[in-house]
Amino acid sequence: MGSPDRESGTSANNWDWEKGKRTIVQSIAPKEEDLWQEEAYAAPDGESFAAVVRLEDESFTLRVNDGRWEETFEKVWYPRFAPDGRLTALVMADDEWTVAVDGEAWEERFAFAWATTFGPNGAIAASVQQDMRYACCLNGAPWENMYENAQDYCFSADGKKTAGVVQVKSLKQADLDGFRSGIFTVAVDGEAWDQSFMNVWTPVFDGRDNERVAAQARLNAYDYTIVVNGEPWAATYNCVWEPVFNPATGVLAAPVRQGGRWGVAFDAAMNWPASLYQCWGLQWSRDGKNLWAVVAPEYGKFTVACNNKPWAATFPVVTELALSPDGTRAAALACHANKDYKVVVDGKPWQGSWDMAWQPVFSPDGAHVAALVEKGGKKTYLVNNLPLDESFTEAWTPAFSPDSSSLLLRGVQNNALVRVVLPLKDIH
Amino acid sequence: MGIADRRIEDGNLMQAVAKLTPEKIKAAYELVTKGEAGARLSTYYQSCMRCGMCAQACHFSISHPDDPSYTPVGKMDQTMWKLIRQKGEVTPDEVYGMAQIAYTECNMCKRCVHYCPVGIDTGFITSLVRRFCYRLGVVPTYILDTAHSHSAVMNQMWVKQDEWIDSLIWQEDEARGEFPNLRVPLEKEGAEILYSVIAPEPKFRTQLIYQAAAIMHEAGLDWTMPALPGWDNSDMCMFVGDSEMMGRLKRCHYEMAQRLKVKRIVMGECGHAFRSVYDTGNRWLGFKDWPVPVVHSVEFFWELLTTGKIKIPKKFDKPVTIHDPCNITRGYGLMDKLREVVHMLCDKVVEMSPNREHTICCCAGGGIINCGPPFKSVRVAGNKAKADQLAATGVEYLVAPCHNCHGGLEDIIGHYKLGMHTKFLGDLIYQLMEKTRAE
Repeated sequence: MGSPDRESGTSANNWDWEKGKRTIVQSIAPKEEDLWQEEAYAAPDGESFAAVVRLEDESFTLRVNDGRWEETFEKVWYPRFAPDGRLTALVMADDEWTVAVDGEAWEERFAFAWATTFGPNGAIAASVQQDMRYACCLNGAPWENMYENAQDYCFSADGKKTAGVVQVKSLKQADLDGFRSGIFTVAVDGEAWDQSFMNVWTPVFDGRDNERVAAQARLNAYDYTIVVNGEPWAATYNCVWEPVFNPATGVLAAPVRQGGRWGVAFDAAMNWPASLYQCWGLQWSRDGKNLWAVVAPEYGKFTVACNNKPWAATFPVVTELALSPDGTRAAALACHANKDYKVVVDGKPWQGSWDMAWQPVFSPDGAHVAALVEKGGKKTYLVNNLPLDESFTEAWTPAFSPDSSSLLLRGVQNNALVRVVLPLKDIH
Repeated sequence: MGIADRRIEDGNLMQAVAKLTPEKIKAAYELVTKGEAGARLSTYYQSCMRCGMCAQACHFSISHPDDPSYTPVGKMDQTMWKLIRQKGEVTPDEVYGMAQIAYTECNMCKRCVHYCPVGIDTGFITSLVRRFCYRLGVVPTYILDTAHSHSAVMNQMWVKQDEWIDSLIWQEDEARGEFPNLRVPLEKEGAEILYSVIAPEPKFRTQLIYQAAAIMHEAGLDWTMPALPGWDNSDMCMFVGDSEMMGRLKRCHYEMAQRLKVKRIVMGECGHAFRSVYDTGNRWLGFKDWPVPVVHSVEFFWELLTTGKIKIPKKFDKPVTIHDPCNITRGYGLMDKLREVVHMLCDKVVEMSPNREHTICCCAGGGIINCGPPFKSVRVAGNKAKADQLAATGVEYLVAPCHNCHGGLEDIIGHYKLGMHTKFLGDLIYQLMEKTRAE
């Protein structure tokens, strides 16, 4: 496995991009000596897989390829690979929980730890609870201040800071006035804003300098707005969804509801008029010129819009919006009631429909799109609207090489973990 | 006779009406009737002939036969019809009465729709009265607290994230004593089934999670449970009239399933939550259909039993009767499958009369039981009709595949000393199923 590139968060430059198929593990089937083995997760580079195993003495650990983590635990769950390839899991020993990274548990232990998440530059965070007080734990170090409750954590763009929604006062049973007085706010690295609100959700950093944090807020039972570093926008709305900072200019955009329809406000001023039946999942292009969203221009008809211009094709449901690196192209999934999935690129549905599909991936040059799809229990990949011949019983999302010339597939065939590198020029 | 004669004190109702002004009341009326209700309300108002046919449909009315103010039309007359007649110019005291009627004397069970010659949906109108009251803050204390909980932690019981996960791991440990290889798979991406519950399960009915895990395990299913918010499918925001939070909750629920790439959601035995996922919450979000299919336990158990994934070697040998929960039978048509499941589980089934789409409500649904202790006597007195119906069956066991129904029926059984025991379908299946994987 290549060494992690902590700057980019991935190590794709160091991955093996030589054309061909390699068998990584002959059999990922559970081993006889283990009581059970749980579902497998593949590393981003496809060079390893991990699965929780329960051993004969009823302890738990992780199987990694044909080996195991040395240490065993009373319980292990949520094995996840970080983008840089490190393997994490939530582990319990002596009735205390923490995160283990590549087999080594963080020194800090808690009454509970859960929801491992990965940020830029190798940041790893988890939610933790100790003595019924809650905080975020970043790279093994919990916030100094812990709260009555804490949730909805996010990372700064450099991965050095975290922010989350915190409850700053306790509530008695059915304490309506206490709730209405506003006991929720945002804490940045554990420091709560001075202002608090009835509800706060989904904080996000301004990635330009990581000094500003915005979040959705409910000011009272009926008025919603966006708050930035504790200061509410002057305008209020019937409802709001997740705000996003423009990475180039710092303009803050958020879906807002007025008079029963949705639009988008930029720094509290309406930019997309409130004419939509739904609008969420805003994403800016890196240059800040294009703002994309999942929208419903008519009731029951969803699509994708760029700068308030919806695609012509509409669908009952649209999910998994993905942008090309330059933000000029977009892809998404469309389905009806979680069936008949289609991959839609630049507003045009690709051929075929699928029982399930995963978020499409653009190549670094933005010229190619690939997606993992499933039909009849078999998984395969679509590349530029063509299904590949290879099929798998299990597979993971594809990755393009940094030069956009090849595609990495990771999957299981005949119980073997395989890794396939396909030059795009060979796909017809 | 009318609501003024039966005023019940509730802390928030009293506090909220004390702050009302004519301007606030009028503004809430305008918002709801002109901004949100549209032509449907106007059509109902103009179509209602005050014929009184609905009187024989409502359990409150049947239980108070000499008081027309309990009839559906009587309740509309004291609430929405009065608001429309007076163009929203009503007193704070009248708003109190409207809230008491809408939140505690109408379960929105929609039985009266079947009896109305022109098909007026009184449940819909009650939901608009609740919306009007909610916009004024005039909501009973306890149900408003559950709505606050939904907004703060995305579940109705103030269950924190670690408490939820810990409950699942605890039940997995417990169940492993019986089924050595049982797993409650958390956050398993790509599973066929995502099992979701309502928040009272981790809070005080954790044995239901154990039972569900045992059934999934015995049936050999590919399933998962979510560890992150969205796991609670219940929705008291729908019942208080907080449409915005209802939408937020349902979005969270559906996006949890979409994130985990499951094929479908199977939900526990709850009626109102089913209503919020297939009828109200999804539509507020702009979906015509549901974005992810949700299978109610009745349908799910029917599937397990008819395909032989769960086998019942010996049926329950005591007579049982069936309660049809409004939201999944009258609202969704599961009455046949419910009966087939009960007959597959029980030797002798004594039907209540009336039943199926004519079922008499448990009087807990529609959020009434969530209005808490001040209104318990209203619920119990308001459903003597159900008590009589239960007593007439002469059986000891009552099957009801809905949490709120259980709560309401248990109160009625206790108050009227019926000596009956309520059962979930999951209780019976867990008790009766062949346990080939048990130790």
